Amino acid sequence: MEISPDSWILFEWRGLELNATIGFTWLVMALLVLGSWAVTSRLSEGETVSRWQVLLEVTVSAIRDQIAEVGADDPGKYLPFIGTLFLFIATANVLAVVPGYQPPTGSLSTTAALAICVLIAVPLFSIGEQGVRKYMRTYLQPTPLMLPFNLVGEASRTIALAVRLYGNVMSGTVIVGILISVAPFFFPVLMQVLGLLTGLIQAYIFAILAMVYIGSASRTRRRADSPTASQDNTETGD
Amino acid sequence: MDSATFIAVISIFTAGLTIAIGSIGPALAEGRAAAQALQAIAQQPDASNTITRTLFVSLAMIESTAIYCFVVSMILIFANPFTNLVAETAAQGAGG
Repeated sequence: MEISPDSWILFEWRGLELNATIGFTWLVMALLVLGSWAVTSRLSEGETVSRWQVLLEVTVSAIRDQIAEVGADDPGKYLPFIGTLFLFIATANVLAVVPGYQPPTGSLSTTAALAICVLIAVPLFSIGEQGVRKYMRTYLQPTPLMLPFNLVGEASRTIALAVRLYGNVMSGTVIVGILISVAPFFFPVLMQVLGLLTGLIQAYIFAILAMVYIGSASRTRRRADSPTASQDNTETGD
Repeated sequence: MDSATFIAVISIFTAGLTIAIGSIGPALAEGRAAAQALQAIAQQPDASNTITRTLFVSLAMIESTAIYCFVVSMILIFANPFTNLVAETAAQGAGG
């Protein structure tokens, strides 16, 4: 049994192999880009708004609200990155109900690439806000003795991010495959429905965790800068 | 019993043991987290949005321990690196 779409070769041309992971990733990308391009080319500000525009507006504003609730002051800055992560993973997982489609997130290569994007985005956003020196100093918090632990923490949470998404999606595929050979028709359908739910929740969690990581990198800075201001905030919050 | 069979037996046994022991902790932890969250929602229904979001995120974090065990057992069964190693050494031994 195959546990990843990596070994499924879609077609081969002069020694160049296109495996299912890359092929379906391109499919999802094309779907997202063409879909949103087709909708945004006919935006209207009048009284009649097409239902697809409403769909996009609802999606974007919901992602914005979620980013703001996690604690970003300015959701617009993180919206492109976090929103892309969420939309890509959600589309890739939800399309799993289409027969013949294998979610590209069921391959460790895809999820590792996404996790590495998060690993790079955290220092980029943080340096953009506070500069290189202050960002480097967060690795020495609270004492320079903690440097190796901070580095290990950075690496292990990236691995955890990748393996969590991969394991969830792959387990759904494998369980459906096993159930088809044991109890055909009914139970696989149930597990597919469960897989839809898990896929959406995992997409949400991946995006939220990426936002939490980015937010925590800048929040330590804010607390270090103005301890009195944050104390005031907590007091008024109580 | 030759070494390939031996590796297969131990892999399957270990895979079962991995998922069995590895799912005990996350199961208890998820039950506890869900129970606490329900209690918190019952006490403060206004905060149910925040509580539900935090619950989902923490459930995913807790669940990832079980998922790691699942991934390890799947690797042991379907993508075991040692079965290929044994096959290669057997082929080398037969060829040389």
